[in-house]
Amino acid sequence: MPITSYTDERVAELLRALPPAPAGWVAAAAELPRTRTELDRIVELATADAEFRRALIEDLETALRSAGFAADRRRVVELRRRLAL
Amino acid sequence: MDVGETTDGELVALCRDGDQQAWSTLVERYSRYVYAIAVQGFRLPEPDAEDVFQDAFARAFERLDALRDDDAFRPWLAQMTRRLCIDVCRRRSDAGEEPELDVEDPSDELGRLDEALAVRDALALLSADCREILDRFFTQDETYRTIGDALQLPPGTIASRISRCLGRLRAELEGRKTMVLES
Repeated sequence: MPITSYTDERVAELLRALPPAPAGWVAAAAELPRTRTELDRIVELATADAEFRRALIEDLETALRSAGFAADRRRVVELRRRLAL
Repeated sequence: MDVGETTDGELVALCRDGDQQAWSTLVERYSRYVYAIAVQGFRLPEPDAEDVFQDAFARAFERLDALRDDDAFRPWLAQMTRRLCIDVCRRRSDAGEEPELDVEDPSDELGRLDEALAVRDALALLSADCREILDRFFTQDETYRTIGDALQLPPGTIASRISRCLGRLRAELEGRKTMVLES
């Protein structure tokens, strides 16, 4: 990294260079470990319970909500990939 | 352990042991940086930037075991983010959404973001009052009045507090610079 002289203006400019990311994005990324664990559980359930798997294939979002799981876009995309739907 | 004061390497090790709080701290620590690479470095529109943001952290989480040097988490995450951004730019170009494909080397901008991150590291060493007032004024663009109301301070004192805190931040940065030059 280049060594620069830090005037007040330069420091102010650099502080402004990193505005906060949208809070929802940060929260979703921070929740990744829990989300992954939950997705693993859903896949396990789908493997063990033929009826649940059929419901997922028929209407993934509705089946997830009915079973008490969140059905946001990223989760649905990841589950479709994992379940090869 | 206060994970807020731990190094990246220590946080990565805790994450591998399943420590949820350590992961949250890493995300908090680098959320601005990843966001800035996408929206400032590569000028991605928000929906694409969100995909890059989530994918970058998801890949990092999934591939933590592949990280050779735990203390190199930041450049590793930055590299993954850059690759994801380039993929998005190419996809947009192929789809005709980006007529003038702009995957020009944004290394100047990325270098500036690295420097900005160093400033934020120095900011973390200041008092909570200084951190808050500088963050509110410079990154959240709040007015003196809004800051005064939030922190229950007379608006007339805000400018001098900002100036004082900025001086402390500069001192931290100059100290770091001296350490780099001496090493």
